[in-house]
Amino acid sequence: MTVETLVPFEEALTRYDPVMGLEIHIELNTATKMFCGCPTEFGAEPNTQVCPVCLALPGALPVVNAKAVESAIRMGLALNCEIAQWCRFARKNYFYPDMPKNFQTSQYDEPIAFDGYVDVEVDGETFRIEIERAHMEEDTGKALHVGGSTGRIHGADFSLVDYNRAGIPLIEIVTRTIEVPPEKAPAVARAYVSHVRDLIGGLGVSDVRMDQGSLRADVNLSLKPKGSTTLGTRSETKNVNSFRSVERAVRFEISRHAGILDAGGRVVQETRHFQEDTGTTLSGREKSDADDYRYFPEPDLAPVSPSREWVEELRATLPEPPAVRRARLQADWGFSDLDMRDTIGAGALDLIVATVEAGTTPQAAKKWWLGEMARRANESGHDLDALGITPQQVAEIQGLIDAKRINDKLARSVFDGVIAGEGTPEEVVVSRKLEVVSDDGALGAAVDRAIEGDPDAAAKIRAGNLGVAGALIGAVMKEMRGQADAGRVRELILEKLS
Amino acid sequence: MSSDLTRKTADELARALSAEEVSSVEVTRALVDRIESVDGSIHAFLHVDAEGALAAAADVDRRRADGDQLPYLAGVPIAIKDVLATKGMPTTCGSKILDGWIPPYDATVTARIKAAGLPILGKTNMDEFAMGSSTEHSAYGPTHNPWDTTRIPGGSGGGSAAAVAAFEAPLAIGTDTGGSIRQPGALTGTVGVKPTYGGVSRYGLVAMASSLDQAGPVTRTVLDAALLHELIAGHDPMDSTSIPDAVPAVVAAARRADVKGLRIGIVRELGGEGFQPGVEARFTEAVELLTSAGAEVVEVSIPSLRYALGAYYLVMPSEASSNLAKFDAMRYGVRVPPAGVDDPSAEQVMASSRDAGFGDEVKRRIILGTYALSSGYYDAYYGSAQKVRTILSRDFAAAFADVDVLVSPTSPTTAYPLGDKLDDPLAMYLGDVATIPANLVGIPGLSLPVGLADEDDLPVGLQFLAPQKADDRLYNAAAALEQLLEQKWGGTLLSRAPELEAIR
Repeated sequence: MTVETLVPFEEALTRYDPVMGLEIHIELNTATKMFCGCPTEFGAEPNTQVCPVCLALPGALPVVNAKAVESAIRMGLALNCEIAQWCRFARKNYFYPDMPKNFQTSQYDEPIAFDGYVDVEVDGETFRIEIERAHMEEDTGKALHVGGSTGRIHGADFSLVDYNRAGIPLIEIVTRTIEVPPEKAPAVARAYVSHVRDLIGGLGVSDVRMDQGSLRADVNLSLKPKGSTTLGTRSETKNVNSFRSVERAVRFEISRHAGILDAGGRVVQETRHFQEDTGTTLSGREKSDADDYRYFPEPDLAPVSPSREWVEELRATLPEPPAVRRARLQADWGFSDLDMRDTIGAGALDLIVATVEAGTTPQAAKKWWLGEMARRANESGHDLDALGITPQQVAEIQGLIDAKRINDKLARSVFDGVIAGEGTPEEVVVSRKLEVVSDDGALGAAVDRAIEGDPDAAAKIRAGNLGVAGALIGAVMKEMRGQADAGRVRELILEKLS
Repeated sequence: MSSDLTRKTADELARALSAEEVSSVEVTRALVDRIESVDGSIHAFLHVDAEGALAAAADVDRRRADGDQLPYLAGVPIAIKDVLATKGMPTTCGSKILDGWIPPYDATVTARIKAAGLPILGKTNMDEFAMGSSTEHSAYGPTHNPWDTTRIPGGSGGGSAAAVAAFEAPLAIGTDTGGSIRQPGALTGTVGVKPTYGGVSRYGLVAMASSLDQAGPVTRTVLDAALLHELIAGHDPMDSTSIPDAVPAVVAAARRADVKGLRIGIVRELGGEGFQPGVEARFTEAVELLTSAGAEVVEVSIPSLRYALGAYYLVMPSEASSNLAKFDAMRYGVRVPPAGVDDPSAEQVMASSRDAGFGDEVKRRIILGTYALSSGYYDAYYGSAQKVRTILSRDFAAAFADVDVLVSPTSPTTAYPLGDKLDDPLAMYLGDVATIPANLVGIPGLSLPVGLADEDDLPVGLQFLAPQKADDRLYNAAAALEQLLEQKWGGTLLSRAPELEAIR
C-alpha cells in the first residue's frame, strides 16, 4: 500500500478547487420488489424473500412495480424535476456474483425525472444544488465474506450471497457539479444529503435510514488547480453512512487528492470506501474508462409513460415544501435564526418536531437534541436519529424533570440507561434508583449536617449574604449523591438560617 | 387400434375423447410406445416423461368419467420444446450448462397446458438455447428428419417438428426467434405458427432474444394449430410485453377456410436467387391454387428486406449476450472450476463454467452481441439495426395496406444433409432469410406444407404473413390452401412420408 501524504484541508484549497458531485441511492419502502412480488422486509432470514424473477431463474421475466413508479415520480416532483412523458429501463451489463442476472435493470439515457434542484442552507446562506436526474433501478444481493479478518473479499475463506435485497427498488439521485465556494464544499455536501433525507422522508416513500442503508450517499470528487479549467481524475467514495461522514469524506478526499497532486502523482479513478473509525478512505475497485456496461434498452419491459393527469394528481399529494415548513416551525417555536440554523445543521428538525408533538416545549426539546444528544452523537460518530433514543423517550424524560422526580443532571444517567437498552425512562429511574429525594425529613437532616459542617458559610447567610448558599447546597447535593431537588434544598437552607 | 391413434390429429382425438370412444391413457400409451419404438432413429426428445404423462391422462379420464366439463383438448398429449420451464421436469435448452437443472416453476405456456389437462409426453430437442437452424447445435446430439434420417429436421425446434412429423405426438410447442417454428415445419412437412409478438406469454421461455422470441404451435394440421394457439395465447400479467387484447378468433378462422376475395401479396424479394427450383415450383403451384379458389394475388415489393438478415444478426446476438449472462454457475447449472487454479475466485469459476458449458454457436453469438453493444460500436451496430426494424415495420405496414396476407416460401431450400452447413455459419444463417422479417417486425407467420420438391422428394413449406394481431388471417388462408392441396393429393402430405424403421 502506498503511503499517502495528506495536505491540510485549508492549505489544499489555496492551490486547488474541488469539483464535487453527489449520488444518493434511496431504497423505496414499497411492500414488494421492483420487478416481482417478493416482500421487501428488512432483516429477514437470508434468501427467504426470493422467487424465480429476483433469482434470475431461466425464463423468468420482470414486471414494473407501479407503486415504485409512483414513488419515483413524487420524489422527482419534490426535487423540482421534470417528469418524463415516456421513458424506458435499460440493462447495465456486468458480471458480479451478487447480481443474479449479471445485469442491473436500471435507467440510462431516459430517466423518469430530470433537470431539478434543491436549495440547501449552510450558516444562513442558501446554495442551489442542481439535480441532473433521478432514475429507477434495482438493488443487488448482498455478499457476506466469511473467514479472514477484514470481512472483505480478500482473505475470506468463502462467500455467501443473500438475495433478499436483490430487486429492492432504488431511486438514484444524481447532482450536477456542485458549484460552491471551495471552503463550503464539505458542509454543503452534508447539508444536501440531510436536506434530501428530510425531503424524501416527508414523502413517506422510504425509511431514509443511512445507518440501515436505505439512504446511501456516494461522493464524487476531483481537484483542479486554481485557475485551470482542466478537470482532474475523480474518486467515488462509498460506504458513507452518516451526514457527518459525508462532510468528513469530502474533507479527507480533498486532502488526499491534493497530496497526490502536490507530489506530481496521478489520482487513480476508483471506488473508495469511507472508514468511519479513522475518517479516511480506502481504495476499492479500480474503475477505468475501459469499463463498458453495454447499456441497451431493456426489451423485457414495456416503456413507462405516466400521463400528465397522473403526474399532476401526484404533485397535489406532495407535503409542504421544506422552506415553508421551516419558516412555519420557526415561528411556532419562537426560535431565533441562529437556533434554526443550528437545528437544521444538526439534522435535528424532525426529531424536535416529534419531541414537541410528544408534549415537550420547543425550548426543552432543542436543549436536549442540540446539547446532550449532539454531544453524544459527536462522540459516537452516529447521526442523532441513530443514537438509540427516540423523541418520545426524550419527551418522557423531560416529563420526569417537570414532575421534579429527577433533575437535569440525573436525566443524563436516564439517557445512559435508555441508550444501553435498560428499558423505558421510568424503568431506568427505578432500576438505577435515580429518583430525587423530596422528603423534607431526609433533606432537613442533610441540611442540618451541612450547616454544622460549614459554620462560616452559615453565619454569612444569616448576615444576608445569600451568595454563599451555593456552598451549602453543594454539600447537601454531594451527600445525597445528586438525588435531591436543588431548589427545595435551597429553600430549606434559607428557612433554617432566616 | 393403438398404431392408428398415433396418426390421428389432435382435433380427431379431442372428439374421440369427449365421445369417450377412447381414453386419454390409451392415446398416451400409444404415443409413449411410438416414441420408444422410433425415437432411437429420430432423437426428437431429450426427456420422455411416460409416467407423468400417463398419470395426467388417467386424471383426465377420471375427471371425464366424473362428468367434469373439460377443455376441448383435455387428454390430448403434447410435447414441449426444452426451452420452456416445466416444474419438476428437466429443462436444458439443449445446453450442457443446464444439464440436470429442474425448474421449480412452470412457464405460463406450460401452466396453461397443464391446466387444460394435456398430458406432457416430454421435452423436445433443439439447438442450444435455440441458436441454430438445424438442431445440430444441441449439446445432446442432433435430431434426424423423419423424411430422411440422414438429413436435418431444421431448427432450432427440430425436435418438436420431428416429433409431430414422426407421429410421436399430435401436438408440440415450439419457439420462434428467427424461424425456429416455421422453418422446421417446412423441412418436416408439418404446420408451424409464430403468433404475433406478445400474443403468447414469454414467462418461463428461456430467452434468446427477448424482443424476437415467441412460442407457438407445431402440429400436422392448420386446425390443430389453431386449437393449440387458442389454448396458449392470451394476456399474462407476468410478461409485460404480453398483449392485453382478446386472442384473435383463430379456430373460427381455421374452420372458415375461405380465400374468396382475399388479397394475397407475393413478396418479390423472397424468391429467385438462392431459392431451390423445387421449392419455387411448389410455391408457385400453391399460389395458383389460391388464385383458382378466388384469391386476388399480386406481387409486392419490400425493398428494406435486404437489410433484415443483417439487422437480425445484430439485434439477436446483442440481446442474447445479455440474456445468457445469468448462466454463471452461481445459483444453478453446471459448475466447472478452472483447471490448475488452487483457490479460484467467483469470476474465474464463472468464466470456466461458461467456457465448458456453452457450445461454439452460443459463444459465437455472445461474442458478436457483446461486440455490437460495446461503447463506440453501439450506434453503428445495435442502433442501426433498430432503425432497420423501424423501416421494415413501416414497409410491412405499407404492404398490408394493399393486401390481407403476404406469402413466400418458408425456407429457400429443403432439408439438407446433416453436417452440410455446420462449418459455414453464414450459409446456415441465409436459410432464415424468409422467416426472420416477421420476428423483427413482430407480425405473425405460419408455415404450411405444400408438397415435395422434384429434385429430392423432400417437403416444401409456404409461409403466410399477416399484420400484428391478425393471426386469424393466417389460419383462414392456410386452412383453405390445406383443403385444396389435400383434395389434389387425395390425402395428407405426411401420409407419403417413409415408414420409420422400428428400433427397439
